[in-house]
Amino acid sequence: MHPQSQTPHEILESPDFKKLVKKRWTVSLVLTFTMLVVYFGFLLVVAFNKQVLATRIGEYTTLAIPVGLGIILFAWVLTGIYVFWANSDYDTSVQNLKNKIS
Amino acid sequence: MLSLLLQASPATSTLGTANPVSIGMFFLFVAVTLYITYWAAKKTKTGSEFYAAGRSISGFQNGLALAGDYMSAASFLGIAGMVATKGYDGLIYSIGFLVGWPLIMFLIAEPLRNLGKYTFADVVAFRLRQRPIRIVSSVGSLLTIAFYLIAQMVGAGGLIKTLFGLDYEIAVVVVGCVMTLYVLFGGMIATTWVQIIKAVLLLSGATVLVLLSLAKFGFSPGNLLEAVSTQYGQEMLAPGGYITNPFDALSLGLALMLGTAGLPHILMRFYTVPDAKAARKSVFVATGFIGYFYLLTFLIGFSAMALVGKPAIEGIDKGGNMAALLLAEQTGGTAFLGFIAAVAFATILAVVAGLTLSGASSISHDLYVHVFKNGVSNEKGEMKVAKRATIALGILSILLGLVFKGQNVAFMVGLAFSIAASANFPALLMSIIWKRFTTQGAVWSIATGAVLSLVLIVLSPTIMVDIMGYDEAIFPLKNPALVSMSGAFLVGIVVSLLKPEASAALKFESEKLRTYLGVGAE
Repeated sequence: MHPQSQTPHEILESPDFKKLVKKRWTVSLVLTFTMLVVYFGFLLVVAFNKQVLATRIGEYTTLAIPVGLGIILFAWVLTGIYVFWANSDYDTSVQNLKNKIS
Repeated sequence: MLSLLLQASPATSTLGTANPVSIGMFFLFVAVTLYITYWAAKKTKTGSEFYAAGRSISGFQNGLALAGDYMSAASFLGIAGMVATKGYDGLIYSIGFLVGWPLIMFLIAEPLRNLGKYTFADVVAFRLRQRPIRIVSSVGSLLTIAFYLIAQMVGAGGLIKTLFGLDYEIAVVVVGCVMTLYVLFGGMIATTWVQIIKAVLLLSGATVLVLLSLAKFGFSPGNLLEAVSTQYGQEMLAPGGYITNPFDALSLGLALMLGTAGLPHILMRFYTVPDAKAARKSVFVATGFIGYFYLLTFLIGFSAMALVGKPAIEGIDKGGNMAALLLAEQTGGTAFLGFIAAVAFATILAVVAGLTLSGASSISHDLYVHVFKNGVSNEKGEMKVAKRATIALGILSILLGLVFKGQNVAFMVGLAFSIAASANFPALLMSIIWKRFTTQGAVWSIATGAVLSLVLIVLSPTIMVDIMGYDEAIFPLKNPALVSMSGAFLVGIVVSLLKPEASAALKFESEKLRTYLGVGAE
């Protein structure tokens, strides 16, 4: 048996594992909250103050167009941020913990 | 009025007549996909192969297949048509459909992949009592699938009639039979490849359509917007009358966003990849392709408005559903129209195949194995039931398509999203993140979400005013999700707190190695 190996129960109780779970949900909830604020913020502006979005920023282009397309791009970038974090940070910690399981 | 329409509408449109290119293209698509089904059938022997393609699909492939599952003909033709007739408001709708994807990634995808086997009910039932959970969650799944399927079948019949001049009934029977063949013989492997081919065809067809259209404006989106503004007024380029009541906006927004995270045929796709890492990659890929697709439909809508003209589009279909096709004909001629029409047909086939497979899984895996056989599964017996369920769902979808002919079924997609957001999503999320969630809590949460969605939609303006013709509706919101989803969460929490389930809380802790590290995941 590997000297450092631990039982599944010890892993569950280990500070490293608890930190991993906490960090996973912190990242997830911050990203989720960001998406909700952006999307429902947009809907609220559309519902209460559409004139702002009708402001012209070019000869014909309105502010609404870059904002709308920007939200789509933003949503995709958020998924990219999560994947980047999970692939580097999260997966490394997962692998370290898995190596310790006896 | 009629003469005006005829004047505006070029008499040259060949929509509704048999177009040799589209028929040829369509037969080519069916031939290729049936060949794939034949190839997949040889690899589809076990349950894991039938339900989950043997977990052999890569993250990128699954991302394309998820996009294929999600980009229905309704969103391709419907959103382009909405932009072509109502302008910017169409984009608000597509944003709602897109923003659910990041939430699937952050909250659900990885725990779902690690804890489940074939259906999302696997996850809800993981630490709760199997029988009651399987019964209610399969009801939630099957209701979502049924309403989505009816909307797709009725849309398919009408669309094919307009496109090819084929009888509605024949179209419905053809769609029902071909998709049954995919699922029955090729299971998830064939369904996945049909989705991938369809996604590639749809994305490349729509890209070519946008390039051909933008060529008319010197490849400058600014010139396109100028043409829209000078012909139909600057207000087409800003939010209009789509959202007037903020509660309506919030309710529909919730349904679109969180309903996506509760669609059984989408959730099921996460079991086709080998692990959680591939699951997260597939959401990233899917979100990128779907976002790109909505950018294309936005440009297609405005191009159709400027080049084909609103009167001509509304003259053929009041909702503007034919905008993309009229634009294809105008910019690329009859041959290109044929290509885009065949792509739209292929799109419908792929989406109904995905729905049927997830319905069959719910019947065989959730109901047959875990309710009637008490979880003692004999693989041969389970596969037999899955195949019978596929045939039954194929026949049922044809019958529903025929029964609902000519009915206004547009609300059913909104209803399907509302049930998914209210019945499926809250129970799934609480089972993943909340230790004290109990069997009773899940049962009552799912039941509340489903019943409230159904009852409130009947009392809403969507049915009472638009379909039954009353002046006013009893329930004020067009989509019930705000009330039905909040109700489902509230009931789930209150019932769980009132009567704790010690064994479920205990198992929540011990399952954490599987949830977060993937230890023991299937």
